Amino acid sequence: MKEPGAEEYSAENAPPLTPEQAIANLNSPDTSLRYYAAWWLGKFRVQSPEAVDALIAALEDEADRTELGGYPLRRNAARALGKLGDAKAVPSLIKCLECPDFYVREAAAQSLEMLRDPAAVSVLVQLLDGGVAAAVQVPGRPHLTQPYEAVIEALGAIGATEAIALIQPFQKHPTPRVQCAAARAMYQLTQDPIYGERLVKMLDSSDLKLRRVVLGDLGAIGYVAAAEAIANATVENSFKLLALKGILEHQLKEELDVSPLSDNAIKVMNLMDSLL
Amino acid sequence: MTNTQHLIRAVAEADSSALMVAAVQKLAAAKDPAAIPTLITVFGYNNPGAAVAAVAGLTELGEVAVPQLLAQIDDYNYGARAYSIRTLAAIRDPRALDILLAAAATDFAPSVRRAATKGLGNLYWHQLDIPERHIAHKRALETLLSISQDTDWSIRYAAIVGLQALAKIPDLQEPIQARFEEMLATDAEEAVRARVQLAQI
Repeated sequence: MKEPGAEEYSAENAPPLTPEQAIANLNSPDTSLRYYAAWWLGKFRVQSPEAVDALIAALEDEADRTELGGYPLRRNAARALGKLGDAKAVPSLIKCLECPDFYVREAAAQSLEMLRDPAAVSVLVQLLDGGVAAAVQVPGRPHLTQPYEAVIEALGAIGATEAIALIQPFQKHPTPRVQCAAARAMYQLTQDPIYGERLVKMLDSSDLKLRRVVLGDLGAIGYVAAAEAIANATVENSFKLLALKGILEHQLKEELDVSPLSDNAIKVMNLMDSLL
Repeated sequence: MTNTQHLIRAVAEADSSALMVAAVQKLAAAKDPAAIPTLITVFGYNNPGAAVAAVAGLTELGEVAVPQLLAQIDDYNYGARAYSIRTLAAIRDPRALDILLAAAATDFAPSVRRAATKGLGNLYWHQLDIPERHIAHKRALETLLSISQDTDWSIRYAAIVGLQALAKIPDLQEPIQARFEEMLATDAEEAVRARVQLAQI
C-alpha cells in the first residue's frame, strides 16, 4: 500500500546538498525542491534540532498539494522524522494521524512505529475503529480506509498490550499484508510462538512480494525459531540476510552481558554465511 | 541419444517452474561434464530452485567445470552472475582468483560481491606455485581488507567471512587480526561486530 513513487530516489543520482541547504530548501518557493529536501534530510539522517524543527513545521504545509488533495511534502516530512529518532516530533506526528491524506497518516504511523512513544497509542487505536468490518478498500483508490498495516505494526512495536483485543481480529482480514502485520504485532505483544509460526507458514505463499514482507516481519520481531525457514525461503538472499540480521541483533540484545556469543547467535550467523 | 542428452532435452522442454527444478536436479545427478553448459545456462532462467540445483551439480563436477564457468559469466544478468561466482567460490579452484577479485571489488550487484568476497578467502592456494601463491595471497588480502570498509554492512560481513578463512595462512594472520580488532572497536553494526567475535573464537 506504499505510495507509488516514494523512496525512488537514490543517493547517487541526487543533486548534492548540504544539511543547511536542505533545511533552507524546505521553504523554497519551488515545491519540488521542498519535497526533495525533506526526503534528503531523512535519508542522510540529519539529526540537528534545526532539521527536526523545520520538518515538524513542514507537517503543516499547505502549499504542496496533489490533484486529489494529498500533501506530498507532509508525507516526506513525516517519513523523515521517523528516521531522525527525535521524540520532539511525536505530538506533531500524532496530529498527522488525523490528516485527510491517507499517505500522510500512513507515513506518520510508520514513523511513530520507529519512535516507539506510548503517547501515540490512544490515537493509533482510534484508527482501528470499526474493526475489520470498516477496513475496506476506498473506492477508486489503491488503499484501505486507514493505513492498517502501519497502525498495527506501530502498536506492536510500541508494546501497546491494551490493543491486543483490537488487533487479534485483523489476522482474519482479507488482505494478507494486514494479516502479517497482525501476526507480527500479536507476537510482539504476547511473545506467543503461535503468531511467529503463523508468519513462518506465510513464507509458503506463492506471492514473492508477500514472502519478502514476511521475511521483514520475522526479522523485525526477532523470532529466532524461524531462522532455518528464513534461510530456506524462496526469496533473494539479500532479503534473507536482512531478516537474519534482525534476528541476530534481537538475540544479541537478549544476551547482553552473558557469555560472548550464544549457540543461537552462532547458528544464525552460520546460516547467514551460507547465504553469501 | 545418450542419457545425458535426454536429460538436457528435458531441461529445455520443461514448461513449468517445478518441472524445471526436477529436470535440473536429474541432470545434475548424472555428474556428466557434457551437462556443464546447460547447467550454467540455467543460472539465467530466474528460477532459484533450479539454479540452486545447478550450483550443486557444477560444484560436484568441480575443476572440470571451471573453464566454462569462467568463460560463460553473464555480464548482463547479475542474478545469473551471482550463481556463477557462488559456484566458482564453492569449487575453490584458484584459476577463479582474477574474476573473484574483480567481482568482489567492482561489481555493482551486492549479491555478486558477497559471493566473491566469501570465495576469496577459501581458494585451494596449494594448487599454485610458491611465488604465484604469495602474490595471490597478497592480492586477496588487500582486496578483502579494502572491502571490509564498504558502506554496505552485508559486504563488510562477507569480508569478515573471507578474512577468517584467509587467516588460516600464517603469514596473513597478523594484519587480519589487527583489522578485526579495529572493526570490533569501530563498526556501527552489531551484527558485523558479532561476526568478528565469531571469527576470533
